[in-house]
Amino acid sequence: MRKKNNLSFYTPDMKMAELVQSNYQLLLLLPRFGMELGVGEDSITEQCKRHGVSPDLFVMICNIYSFANYRPTLEEVEAVDVEQLLSYLSRSHTYYMESRIRPIELSLKNIAGHYAAPQGDILMRFFAEYIQEVLNHFEYEEKTVFPYIRDLQECRKLHPEYDIETFEKNHSNIDDKLSDLKNILIKYLPNIGMVAEQTELLFQIFSLEDDLSRHTFIEDVVLIPLVRHMEILSHDK
Amino acid sequence: MTSSKTYRIVIVEPYSIIAQGLRLMIDDIKGFEVSAIIADSHYMERIASFRPDIVVINPTVLDMKKRGEIDELAAKVPQAALAALVYQFVDPEILKCFKATIDISDSREKITVKLRQLLDAGEPSTESTELSEREKEILVAVAKGYTNKSIAEQYHLSIHTVITHRKNLTRKTGIKSVSGLTVYAILNNLIDIKDVE
Repeated sequence: MRKKNNLSFYTPDMKMAELVQSNYQLLLLLPRFGMELGVGEDSITEQCKRHGVSPDLFVMICNIYSFANYRPTLEEVEAVDVEQLLSYLSRSHTYYMESRIRPIELSLKNIAGHYAAPQGDILMRFFAEYIQEVLNHFEYEEKTVFPYIRDLQECRKLHPEYDIETFEKNHSNIDDKLSDLKNILIKYLPNIGMVAEQTELLFQIFSLEDDLSRHTFIEDVVLIPLVRHMEILSHDK
Repeated sequence: MTSSKTYRIVIVEPYSIIAQGLRLMIDDIKGFEVSAIIADSHYMERIASFRPDIVVINPTVLDMKKRGEIDELAAKVPQAALAALVYQFVDPEILKCFKATIDISDSREKITVKLRQLLDAGEPSTESTELSEREKEILVAVAKGYTNKSIAEQYHLSIHTVITHRKNLTRKTGIKSVSGLTVYAILNNLIDIKDVE
């Protein structure tokens, strides 16, 4: 859970072990940076160097996940290594689908199997639509937005027809269905004595929802301002 | 209004000097906290994640060309009371859409009173959350995939009325997406799964 009004945000000289002990949710970020446990007495900087990760970016993202009142400054954002950020976002996409959404699908399937066909089927169909929506959202970023940013970074190609503002405007909302599923499970699915399974599923959904909102926040306050800055620099050339 | 609860306020205001000043004032008022300040035009996407009890918004942030923007905001945060933060000219018609107006010249005491009144007005009313027969009909039509326009024609309603019914459906059920409403309709036996194949 994110803390409020904490005056000291994380810094790269902190010990890695202290970091994850201060907020165990951050453990979920390590695989998305290709990092592992067994961190010994290493500082964040040392661990990041070992895995070729930018300590500044890593700390920025940990701060976003841990502190509701944290927001990186524009200078910090403009100093971010864009390739590292894109690679983090891509790995997050894979992580969300494989490690969070598929397990939710399995839990839902287990529950849906205990209902009569129409109810069970409609639940699974609803979730299949959600998965498709998420896949489309991620694919648009991976196939259109990220290549545009990489080209911009390497001054390879000019895309007069595209800019990050187009992305900003078309950044679709994928929260609604997840929130609908919570409502359906909490309020409308008839009770058939599977409270433990339903609770487990709801925990998975709440946690995913929370994580995705941080992911969107990173895109809004880090990725978009950073690319806008790159666009201005490239126009000046 | 229970005294132990802290009510969450989100400020949507482009200028930091105003937003931060208001935050300082509100943070001193017992029972309220500013859970976020949103300065960019993306408030709509992020606002629900802060689960505000009150949204204090500068109406100039709203895109006035899209008349439905206030309704859209209300649908995003159905549980929140909306207050306008005013220091520029704002069309009085627009201000009517807000439950309260916080003026830049207001004292802390005045703001406190306004915030409290907002919450009293927003307490769950005796209004029913049962769907009316007409709402059920519209729900079924939505689940079957009909557009607002064809629903309006079918039931001899204005599109505006259909949209109001749809908003009420979402407010009463808590479900926003068409697929979610379809699940609701099937679970409540309002429709057969074959009708939505």
